[in-house]
Amino acid sequence: MAPILRVEGVSKRFGGLVAVDNVSFEVNEGEVFALIGPNGAGKTTLFNCVTGFYEPTLGTIAFQGSDITGFPPHRTAKAGIARTFQNIRLFDYMSAVDNVRLGHHCRMHSKLWDSLFKTPFERREEREVIEHSMELLQLVGLGKHADSYARNLAYGQQRRLEIARALATNPKLLLLDEPAAGFTPQEKGELMQLVQVILGRGITVFLIEHDMRVVMQASKRIVVLDHGEKIAEGTPAEVRSNQRVIEAYLGKSA
Amino acid sequence: MAETVQRLRGTFFALNVNSLLNLVGLLAILVALFATVQRVFESGGTYFFQTLGFGLAEGAIFALVALGYTMVYGIIELINFAHGDVFTLGAFFSLAMMPLLGLTPSSSGAGIILPMLGLFIITMLFCALVNITIERVAYRPLRHAPRLAPLITAIGMSSLLEGAMFIWRGPFNLSYPDYLPEYQIPLGGDLTIAAKAVFVIVLAVILMVVLTIFINRSTLGKAMRATAQDRDAAQLMGININRTIAATFFIGAALAGAGGIIYGLYYNSVAAFDGFQYGLYAFTAAVFGGIGNIPGAALGGFMIGVVAAMSDGYFTVAWTRPLIFGILIFVLVFRPTGLLGMRVPEK
Amino acid sequence: MSALGRWIASNRRNPNAIAYTVFIIAALLYPTIVQFWTGGSGDYLVGIAADGGIYMLMAIGLNVVVGFAGLLDLGYAAFFAIGSYTYAEVASYHLGVTPIGHALHIPFWFALFVGMFIAACAGALLGAPTLRLRGDYLAIVTLGFGEIVPIVFRNGGIWTGGVPGISGLDVPSLPGWFQGPWINQAFAWVPDFRFTTANLTAYYVLMCFLIGLSVVLVHNLYNSRLGRAWMAVREDETAAAASGVNTVTVKLLAFSIGAATSGFAGAFYGAKLSYVSAENFSFIVSVTVLAMVVLGGMGNIPGAMLGSAVLYFILFWLLPSAPTQVENLASALGLDFLNKADPNGWPGIAEEVSRSKFVIFGLILVGIMLLRPQGLLPSQIRKQELKHEEHDALTAPRQLQG
Repeated sequence: MAPILRVEGVSKRFGGLVAVDNVSFEVNEGEVFALIGPNGAGKTTLFNCVTGFYEPTLGTIAFQGSDITGFPPHRTAKAGIARTFQNIRLFDYMSAVDNVRLGHHCRMHSKLWDSLFKTPFERREEREVIEHSMELLQLVGLGKHADSYARNLAYGQQRRLEIARALATNPKLLLLDEPAAGFTPQEKGELMQLVQVILGRGITVFLIEHDMRVVMQASKRIVVLDHGEKIAEGTPAEVRSNQRVIEAYLGKSA
Repeated sequence: MAETVQRLRGTFFALNVNSLLNLVGLLAILVALFATVQRVFESGGTYFFQTLGFGLAEGAIFALVALGYTMVYGIIELINFAHGDVFTLGAFFSLAMMPLLGLTPSSSGAGIILPMLGLFIITMLFCALVNITIERVAYRPLRHAPRLAPLITAIGMSSLLEGAMFIWRGPFNLSYPDYLPEYQIPLGGDLTIAAKAVFVIVLAVILMVVLTIFINRSTLGKAMRATAQDRDAAQLMGININRTIAATFFIGAALAGAGGIIYGLYYNSVAAFDGFQYGLYAFTAAVFGGIGNIPGAALGGFMIGVVAAMSDGYFTVAWTRPLIFGILIFVLVFRPTGLLGMRVPEK
Repeated sequence: MSALGRWIASNRRNPNAIAYTVFIIAALLYPTIVQFWTGGSGDYLVGIAADGGIYMLMAIGLNVVVGFAGLLDLGYAAFFAIGSYTYAEVASYHLGVTPIGHALHIPFWFALFVGMFIAACAGALLGAPTLRLRGDYLAIVTLGFGEIVPIVFRNGGIWTGGVPGISGLDVPSLPGWFQGPWINQAFAWVPDFRFTTANLTAYYVLMCFLIGLSVVLVHNLYNSRLGRAWMAVREDETAAAASGVNTVTVKLLAFSIGAATSGFAGAFYGAKLSYVSAENFSFIVSVTVLAMVVLGGMGNIPGAMLGSAVLYFILFWLLPSAPTQVENLASALGLDFLNKADPNGWPGIAEEVSRSKFVIFGLILVGIMLLRPQGLLPSQIRKQELKHEEHDALTAPRQLQG
């Protein structure tokens, strides 16, 4: 399987603070890849570098063989990388279906002219987008809440809406930042099922997660960060028994 | 090695519109400087020092007003549009209070010192009270509203104050007594500087020094600095946020009120709508020096004053306003942190 | 049930639909009503409404910038000025006076679009380096721009007519138009018709048509890919960017479209007045349009229209006639002494009332923001936002990014 994402020697410095230090790894196509580490390890910073919210101080990032280092966020989305946020960033005062419709923005072709004059092309595209948005909402189990304002949805529903919006950008790689935070065990199970469905659509899943059971069960390979450095990479079994990983989480024994 | 290559790569990609604009801007500044220097030499030293003195005096007043803008922005990230009008209000109020203190346009001599002191105190108090009322009534309720709301309210407040002064005294220029000494201070050779200017500068500097001491030494000053840096943490430390913010408005307006009196004394005329433009100039100064940065506002004030005076004196008055606003836009676009760096709440 | 019946039934409670209907009916009936009321000499009142329409166009445009995309533009009058002056340059004798020596007389109908285009370009030029700034800085930059532009025109010497401005601009003309009892003339078809101050109803009709057209176009934008992108950028720029929206382009489009609308209105204004001067494009104009949008309801097209109608009425009809009314009232109540002006103090109550324009502005802006921030005709989104605003202030403190 070819690597869909290749992170090479990436460092991110904020003034004197080194958030990410010389991290390299590869994500293979079609797998579930997890990024774990104690709080403050630099996981979200790494996500931000991959999706273009930060520009790496050093290193390169390649997606499907092409260099995407320093691309702004909307370009990484257009290239095929979608993400959700640790703190859920939905458009609170837009409806669920409108949130998902917005996700289609970079895949639509209506220009200013089409929008101004409501050309047949625009009308047809809007219809297709609505249909596809409804499909995605059904997929994540929000079919009945299409017209609810995002603000009014329950927490779990909001997380799933964010995933639906991300899927609307037609990604090849989906980055999930702590998607199961605050979930009940049952919700976590449902989330893992959703991940399998997403995999089935040919989308690689790269997730940050704290729940070890979820990580060990769901992911094929894992990379572990601590204080910005990569301290381990491998299969769940390999990582689980790695001494440095254990120390990072539990602290060094005297 | 990799780092150097990376850094070089960075510069190559930076050859874009932004860096081109930077280059153009830099060239424009150099051309302007050259033109100015040429004219300075043509007109001679006396004229230069007169203009410089005028600029520093004007700048001192800008600085006093700029401090109010910068302190308020530094603590609640709001551009208090009404601040320039509080400044004008200070001038108006002091004018109205003069008869009560026994001051007439023909007063002179040492006998005016005490009443003037009294005038300063009551004017500064009045402006401070007006400002904290504005904060309490118009800005505090909107502290958690979307960004646009307090900004629009601030514009409304500015309009209200201007309207009030307009109704009170009309659009006319009111004449302000001329109590400042008239002579020229010799600087050696043929060069002189107006005593008026020196007076204004010294007065303003004294006020700024008092402010700095206060900010750095007093408990309230510390509370203001803490709240400006991190409001939540300050609150957790037991600082009364509302009172601290009110204090910031209080002090800023007091300085503006003093500035209003000084403005009147120096220019001998004041009108209802002066504050709007003056306020924008002062805000330019605050941004120029670094918004939220108190020494920056002072430095910015003096520099903008000198720039404006040089533009008036060596080029034409008609282009001074576009120049100052051009500087404002330039700084915000290319170096929003200003000269000395910005100090705004950390997110 | 017919289609119209169904439409009425489903929109009976929809304030926007009601507003649009009222506007259409009012626009159609206004000239007739005015003529009845004034006994046939109401043409100038119709002309005043046409002038109000200029502000309405601007309010619709500014609503796109402030209401849809959430960008505070405090220098909107600059684009108005650019549109007017462009018209003045290309549709008059003026260029003949400048060193170019050859006057252009582009017909009104094309010159409108030239003005609009130049203003749009100016908007793009200003926006390109500045739209990435945070909200309040953008506001100040636009304010600065709004101050600079009229001064540049005033200082432009022979090129822009300098302080006196440019007069004698070409008026619009049509191959034919109606004249009739609304201007005290026999009903007839006038060939080679020129829009003059003798038949302001023609301007009015034209303005209604232009407003109708702009409402349809802006409404189309609202319900399109671009409109959604604007809302998303306004709500949460980070999430919008992550979802593939090029926030810079989207903001630039909003800004340019707003500028284009203002420039279009400016060109019309120049043509109608047949005169441009830097005096007419001050900050007051920008604040007036902003107040109209805020008053009517930000982000809502009928809101902007309502706000502009109400504020225009107050500022250009009520306020100018108020001083005389108040003076008469004072006399009637036996309070004549209020009318006497004292050279050093009280200028007479009439003068005081005429000076109250700014206070009224201030009260409207502050009052609306404090008491009814969603405006008179809130957009659906704004209503939802406000339902939750009080709740927001009490919820958990800001979360830190991981």
